[in-house]
This record gives sequence, C-alpha cells and structure tokens, in this order.
Amino acid sequence: MATMKSAQMNKGFPKEYETVIGLEVHVELATNTKIFCGCSTAFGGKPNSHTCPVCTGMPGTLPVLNKKVLEHAVAVGLATNCTITRYCKFDRKNYFYPDNPQNYQISQLYLPICRDGYVEIESGEGKKRIGIHEIHMEEDAGKLIHDEWEDCTLVDYNRSGVPLIEIVSEPDMRSAEEVIAYLDKLRLIIQYLGASDCKLQEGSMRADVNLSVREAGAAQYGTRTEMKNLNSFHAIARAIEGEKNRQIDLLEAGQAVVQETRRWDDLKGTSYAMRSKEDARDYRYFPDPDLVPVSIDDGFLEEIRSRQPEFRTEKMARYKAEYDIPDYDIEIITGSKHMADIFEATVALGGQPKKVSNWLMGETLRLLKEKEMDPEDIRFSPEHLASLIALAESRAVNSTVAKEIFERMFEEDVDPEKYVEERGLKMVSDEDALRKAVEEVIAANPKSVQDYRGGKERALGFLVGQTMKAMKGKADPAGVNRMLKDLL
Amino acid sequence: MANIISDETMEYVGILAKLELSGEEREQARKDMGRMLDYIDKLNELDTAGVEPMSHVFPAQNVFREDVVTNGDESEGILSNAPAEKDNMFAVPNVMSR
Amino acid sequence: MREVLPFAGQRSARQVPGKEKRQIMDILSLSAVELGTAIREGAVTAVEAMEAVLGRIEESEEKLHCYITIEKEKALEKAGQVQKKIEAGELAGPLAGVPVAVKDNLCTAGRRTTCASRILENFVPTYTAEAVRNLEQAGAVIIGKTNMDEFAFGSTTETSAYGVTRNPHQPEHVPGGSSGGSAAAVAAGECFFALGSDTGGSVRQPASHCGVVGMKPTYGTVSRYGLVAYGSSLDQIGPLGRTVEDCAAILETIAASGGGALGSGPDGEAAAGTRKDSTYLNRKDIDFTSSLKKDVKGMRIGMPRDYFGQGLDGEVAKAVRMAAKLLAENGAVVEEFDLNLVEYAIPAYYTIAAAEASSNLERFDGIKYGYRASGAEELHQMYKKTRSEGFGPEVKRRIMLGSFVLSSGYYDAYYLKALRVKAMIKKAFDQAFAGYDCILGPVAPTTAPRLGESLSDPLKMYLGDIYTISANLAGLPAISVPCGADSRGLPIGLQLIGDCFQEKKILQAAYTYEQLRRAGQEKAVRTGEGR
Repeated sequence: MATMKSAQMNKGFPKEYETVIGLEVHVELATNTKIFCGCSTAFGGKPNSHTCPVCTGMPGTLPVLNKKVLEHAVAVGLATNCTITRYCKFDRKNYFYPDNPQNYQISQLYLPICRDGYVEIESGEGKKRIGIHEIHMEEDAGKLIHDEWEDCTLVDYNRSGVPLIEIVSEPDMRSAEEVIAYLDKLRLIIQYLGASDCKLQEGSMRADVNLSVREAGAAQYGTRTEMKNLNSFHAIARAIEGEKNRQIDLLEAGQAVVQETRRWDDLKGTSYAMRSKEDARDYRYFPDPDLVPVSIDDGFLEEIRSRQPEFRTEKMARYKAEYDIPDYDIEIITGSKHMADIFEATVALGGQPKKVSNWLMGETLRLLKEKEMDPEDIRFSPEHLASLIALAESRAVNSTVAKEIFERMFEEDVDPEKYVEERGLKMVSDEDALRKAVEEVIAANPKSVQDYRGGKERALGFLVGQTMKAMKGKADPAGVNRMLKDLL
Repeated sequence: MANIISDETMEYVGILAKLELSGEEREQARKDMGRMLDYIDKLNELDTAGVEPMSHVFPAQNVFREDVVTNGDESEGILSNAPAEKDNMFAVPNVMSR
Repeated sequence: MREVLPFAGQRSARQVPGKEKRQIMDILSLSAVELGTAIREGAVTAVEAMEAVLGRIEESEEKLHCYITIEKEKALEKAGQVQKKIEAGELAGPLAGVPVAVKDNLCTAGRRTTCASRILENFVPTYTAEAVRNLEQAGAVIIGKTNMDEFAFGSTTETSAYGVTRNPHQPEHVPGGSSGGSAAAVAAGECFFALGSDTGGSVRQPASHCGVVGMKPTYGTVSRYGLVAYGSSLDQIGPLGRTVEDCAAILETIAASGGGALGSGPDGEAAAGTRKDSTYLNRKDIDFTSSLKKDVKGMRIGMPRDYFGQGLDGEVAKAVRMAAKLLAENGAVVEEFDLNLVEYAIPAYYTIAAAEASSNLERFDGIKYGYRASGAEELHQMYKKTRSEGFGPEVKRRIMLGSFVLSSGYYDAYYLKALRVKAMIKKAFDQAFAGYDCILGPVAPTTAPRLGESLSDPLKMYLGDIYTISANLAGLPAISVPCGADSRGLPIGLQLIGDCFQEKKILQAAYTYEQLRRAGQEKAVRTGEGR
C-alpha cells in the first residue's frame, strides 16, 4: 500500500519539489528563400503559391542547401557561446504526417551545427547561466487547416521547407520566470543578429517545454514530459505551472509520470497526451544521402564573427554614455533591435535624443499596445520621424497636429512634410493674418470681451478657442494668446 | 533460420512503413525478411572496429544555393496530380479523427 | 558456341550512309551516332528516323512490351520541329534528331512517369529530369517511356505493374533489369538508344542480357534531379546503346552541367538557384568521345579471381575469358588478382539500398500525387491501404527490410555496419586500382533467366547482382559490352570497371574490344568460319 503510506507521510510533512525545465526552441530564420529550394519564405499569399516540386516532395526532386541558413545558424551559435561543428551533416527524420510532404524531415541529429553553449539570464535570484546543448538546422512543415464542412484536413505547403534552427537547452531552468528570461534573452540575441524576427504569436519562435519534478535535493532527474503548442509567454507560464502541479499530484498519489508528449490547450488551461498507436516515435534517423556534408573553415567563422552586431548589453552601456535619456527609456528601446535601430537612425538624422525617445516611449508604445502589435512590426521610417520632430520643434505644427500626423505615420508611414502640405496643416506664422482673425473674433464676441475686461480670465480661453477655430487649428495657441492680450 | 521475425515485429515495421500485409503476403514477407537478415548477418564476420561509416563515397562538401528567389507561383502544377484538393490545398482525411 | 549477331550496330565505319535516301530497314541498322551523322548530312530526316522506329515498334512491341508509354504523335511532331532546327543550323550535336527511349523512373514534364508502379499510375510531372532535358536540348527526340522493375527494385523487369518485357533474343527469357525495357528496346531496334538508371547493376545487367552496351558512370557524374530515387547514394543514370561510341556520346551529353557550379568552401562559389543536385560533381573532364581509340597496349587489366568462382555459368566464364585473351593478344597486360570482400558486397548493398529506399518511398502516400485507396476514412488507414495496394510485393519487401534495419535498436548493427563495410570495399578497390587501369569480369553469373524463374527465390535473384553491385557501393564507373552468346543464343556481357573518374580508360578498353571483336566477326563471315 505504497499510496496510502506516502499519503500519510505527506500529511504532516509536505515534500518540497524542484521543477526541472529544459526548452526546445524553434526559430524561423529570416531568409528570402526556403532552406532547400528557391521558393519565397514570405508570409501570406494564397495556399501553395510559395511551393515547387522540391518543397512538396515530388518524386525525383532533390535538396540544395541555402547558404544563408548556415550563416544565420553559425551566427546564433557564436552569439550563444557554442562550439561550431566544423564538419556537420544533415539527417532524415522519418515519420508520416501530411504536413511533411516527403514523410521525412531533413534535420540534424548526429552532427548538429552548434554544441555546448550558454546564455546568461537575470532572474529574481540574480545572474544564471542556461546551458545550450545544441543548435541544429532543419526544415519547417506545412500548415494543416481543418475543413469543418467536408470533415477533412487541407494542406498548405507554403511553410514547408522554411528554414528553422532548433535550440535545445540543458535542463537548467527551475521556474517559469527563468524560462521566460531565457526565451527573452534568446529573442534579443537572435533579433539583434537579424537572424529572425522571433515572434511567438506568429510562430516564428516556438518553444516546447520539457519538464520534470523531483524531490528537492534528489540527485536524479524525474521522468519528463514534453509540452507543445505554447504560443505566448503567458501560455508558457501557465503550462509550466499546470504541468508541475500535475506531476506533483501524480507523485503524491504514488503514481508514476509517463514520458510522453502533451499538447497544451490554453483556452481550457489543461494539457492532454498526444498518444496514438500509429505514433511509434521511432524516427529512423540516418544521414541524408541527397545532401553533402558542410565543412567550416576558419575564414568562414571569422567572417561571421566580424559581422556580429553590437548586442544589447553593449548598446545599453553606449546609450548611457552617449545620450541623455533615462535608464528606463534605454531599457525599453534596446528591448527591441528594431526600435533601437529606429532610435539611432532618427538621432543620426538630427533628432534630439530626448525628443526621439519621447516619441518612442509615448505615442509609439501607446499605439503598439492599443493595436496589440510587436515592436518588430513598427513600420514608420526614421526619416519621417526625424522630419516630424523637426516640424514640431520649429512650431510649424502644434502638438495636436503632430500627434495626428504620427498616427498616420504609424499606420502607413506617411511623409509628415507632404501630409502637412496636402492638408494645409502648417501653422500660420503670418502676423497680419493672425491679427485680422483676432480682430474679427473681438468684434464678433463683445460679451466675452467685456467679461475679460471685467476680470474674467476664463473668457480669454474662449476667445483663443474661437481664434484657433477661425484659423482652422493652424495657429500657435501661445501666439494667439499673446496677440489677444495685446489687442484687448 | 537464425532470424525469426515475430508478429510484433511485423506489426511494428508495418506501422513504421505504413504497410499492412495480410495472409500469405505477410507470411512471405516475414520469411523473406528473416532470410535476408540471416544473409546480412554475414557482415558480422568482418571486423569493422575503427572503420568510419561511409555515407558519401567522395569528399564532396559545401554545396550551396544563394538565397535568391527563383520560383514563382507554381501551385496549379503542384496541385495538378492531387488525388483530392480543395481551395488550392491538398485534401486528406481529417487528421483529428480517431 | 554459337555466335549471334546482334540486331544492329555491328557495322564498320566504312558503311556510314552516303547522301542518298535510305530504306527504312537500313535506317534501323544504324547506331545512334551514325544516324545523327546521316541526319546532319541530310541523308535521313529526323522524321524518317522516327517513322522507322515507330514502324519497328508496330511490328515487335506487342510481343516484347518494351514501353509503358509511347506517344507517337508527340514524337513525330517533335521530330519535325527538331528537323527544322537542324536545317536552320540551330542543332548540330551528334544526337540531334535521334529517337531515344527513356526509362520510366526519369521524370518528363507533361508525360506520364509511373516507375512501373500502380502507385504512380496517373502521375504527370511538371518538371523534367536534368539528364533528359540535356538530351532534349541536344535535339534527341523522346519516343516514350520504357518498362522496368517497379521502382527499379529488381533485375528481371518482371515486377512491373504494367506487365513483363521479353528478351528480344529469346522471348521466353527476361531482358534483365531493372532497365529491361530500355535494353530490350535498343536490342530490338525500337529506339536508337535509351536511358536507364543503375543502382546495383540495373543498366549493365540488362545490357548484358540483351546484347547491347550499357554504362554506369562515376557517382555524381550525371545529375540525379528528376530520377525517382531508389538508393540515393548508389543511383546513377546511364546510357544504353548499340555501340561503345554511342554510350560515350550519350554520356557526354547527359553529364553536361545544368548551369550549376560546385561550391568550394563556405566562401566559395555558390550557384544561384540553378543547382539542383547537391551530389552532382559538375565534372570538367566529360569529353568521353575523345577516348575512343583502338589501343590497349600496356593497359593493365586485373581479373578478380572471386569473379570467376562458384556460381558463374561455364559458358559465361568462357566468353569473358576469351574477351580477356583478345585484349591480351592486342597488348593489354591481363592478370588475375584477389579483390577482397566480394562476398560482402551484396549484404552491404541490400542493407543500404533497402534503408534508403524505405525512406525515399515514404513520399508515396496518396496525398500529393498518384494512387489513393478509396474507403479509408482515417489518415493512417488511408496511408496503409494506399501503400499496400499501390506497391507490388517486391517493393513492399524492401521497404519492410529497410524500415527494420533503420529502426531503433538495429541502426548500428545493420545500417552503420553496412556503411563501414562499404568503406572497406571502397578501400579494396582503391588498392586494386593502384595496380590496374581496369578490372575485367562478367556482368552477371548467367545469361538471361527464363520468365518466372527468378521471382520465386528473391535471395537467389539478389545473388545475381554480385559482379555489378560493388561498382555502385564504391561509386565506380563500369561498362557492359557484348562478348558472345551461350548455346541458347542468349547474349553474354563483359564488364569493365574503372577507378573513380576514369571512364575514359574503360571506354577505351571497351571500344578496342568491340572493334577487335567486330573485325573478328567480319573475318569469320568472309571466310565462312566460326570463331
């Protein structure tokens, strides 16, 4: 009666458990073409419009490796302190599923491109190294769409053959917080390298969580499960919590954890085992005879190394030294390579760092949040931001108009100069025109004029408003105020 | 025959290879597989310790393609041989049904 | 021993046609290169050549069944277009206007490509194999697609889902295989030359059984793009022709670069989009016709003792030894030697080929093309039903074996072991070629078996590949040349194997032998003696 016994034992002395987590992170690489054929990797397009005989597994077709994929993979490996495998090969992973047109996936098992690396994360308990077991190159699968009407599944191979790297961590993480810190670190490194945009929601970065629990202090790892279908940091955190509790409950009840793959259902907040008699999980890996080995020499490594960008930590330090902006701004701006690029380019075009930062921290973040967008999706150009800042600085537009223009820029990157020109939004600095308008307002509102002269300051506000209206908003309110006072 | 192929093995290989043999065909395949494996076991006569497995005969390596899009929309041709299609996609039995 | 003159090609150069129009039977007696010359000189048109071949097909195809698909109208129309280009001076190569048969595992855009399997019964590719495209660009005109063993798994052409092909020399016998349809078509005059594929002897063995010349080049010489894969590390496309000269000219054409370049290092040259086969070597030394010299003086030829041991038919042994003697009489240094590991080639080969095949044939699943079984509502049931109904017994056998040797727990013991033995076999050949220019031996242990005789005992059938398989494992070039016939009139082939990239040596030896043998036959005909 082991169950009874452990239950009794636990009553007074609840056991402490440690959660052990390792991650398998898939990242879609930012290439123009697929890993083994000349098809575009562009998102969207009608189903199967980015396919050819190679990426749909037609008989007799053969793969040829996209050189850019190797460059990206090596760059990520170097940035994560990995040893680059100087002689690597591709292997076939054999399994039948409709999203996989050859019914084998070309991947790397025996000689992956990178091994034994690490990244440093910062969590509540300070700095920690998370080991990277390996990084390998592989091809993505197609997309399956369920057709309710005909009760069948439809297959679109547009994503089939899109290049991926899979980053396999060591089981070094102990909490959801560490997992998220690790993922964020990977995302930043890879985005800084330009190797991927790493969008969890769109699937260009995907994480499978391997999790086990063990009694605190135990030397051996417990049996782990693999959790798939985690589309957001939120889902990852919830799934980790859920799976940890599920495993502890099993152990507490004297049952064993089964090594299996589980699928997370974020709507229901539970996971279920992906079991099937037909799923033997015996992938019969063997070296793909259709591809030749890749041999990497010092020259190639040096070239990739020399192209490595300034990473976030260095960038933050430099911003601190160069720009007079708050630390919080630096943190946010460098949290996205794309945003940092916009910041630097705008400053280079003459934008005052503080002003540029204000636009990014204020309006940009507001709109991103409102539209549920990722900083990587920002479309406006540094040129246009710089010109908007210039317009506002010279008081050619007032702040209300500037915000309106910015929203248009955010939407479709309009040119502020042109926009102002076309809509006649430029402030009128013409003194005569302003004087004329003010005189007319004074003449048309004798009651308010009287009130003002009688000491009612509020009446002036009304007169300013009327003047602005007459000027169709194109006047500097401060100037209007001054002139009204003069004339009254 | 040294290699006796069990029912379980036949079933397992059938799952891997997505083949379902029955009756006489299955028995024939079982027999042939056993005989072939006996014959392949002959390789064990050779001491291959220290010999690197050779998957490619030639030391050819580093064959690449430049990252340039060369293919346009070929979906019409790609789908032209499909046994079943709908909305420009290949149609297969519902993968969720069990 | 009774000597049988093959149907065609056994003519001396002096009989190359003149300017006058020739009779149809006369056209059919030309080799591919001779026909190409006649077309360029205006003695024959491409259309007349095609009509002659189609006429022969009319006569003999019903009996022999060399083809799975013949497209007469398309062939004639294409011949007409090529003729215009030849007359306009746009096509001037040796094969311009010459009708060709293509093995049905080579993809041809707009033409059905079945691999002799039910699972591809209605498959029409949208792309053309690079070797075939090279031929079309050179002006060769496709007659149709030839019969073969299903997915090239076999050595008799009896496993085709579309019926057997018969040997033109003895219709109760098989033509060999897997490129049996191509070999029989060349032998019967149903084409001027053909393409086949050779994974373990599938070009050389049917060439031997049908009395024609067949060649497998060094692995990587011809692009495999568009060749439906069997054993990817072993497959090569090769020519079948009436003469050694034909094979050299065809190989020169099909080995040409598709525009791709070979990378030389991560910083080296990489081809933008054009390269389609990573294992294609893009060789510069493909001027194979330059080696057609009648000269073997000082050439060192080794005969492996193990190739003449148990299992070799007496008549075959005798004919091959006589061929060796003829070469020796003309200045070659011929000696016997011990080539190690011969008996391990077959088990290593079948392990590797079955493993690769099991993976290569996974794509035939009833989803994207080809046959799909009806009545299966669940996905995996659909897969199993489709594949079990779509593949023939021999294909299923090899897929099962291949899946097993790769499966968890067996990979090291079987697959890796076989790859290690492959490395040892390659080394044995390296040692042999340190001493010899060519290795000489039989192509097959016997002449063509009777129909139905082989399939009952697959293992015995596999043993028939013993002399051809090693060349595939070690990636070597090898050629099969007719060297006589047995008492039943079935042709016997002589095999010459060269070191990697040394096609020219075996072509020169084969050409010399062919010329010497022809001279001997002509002398015999003139003097009325048997040789």
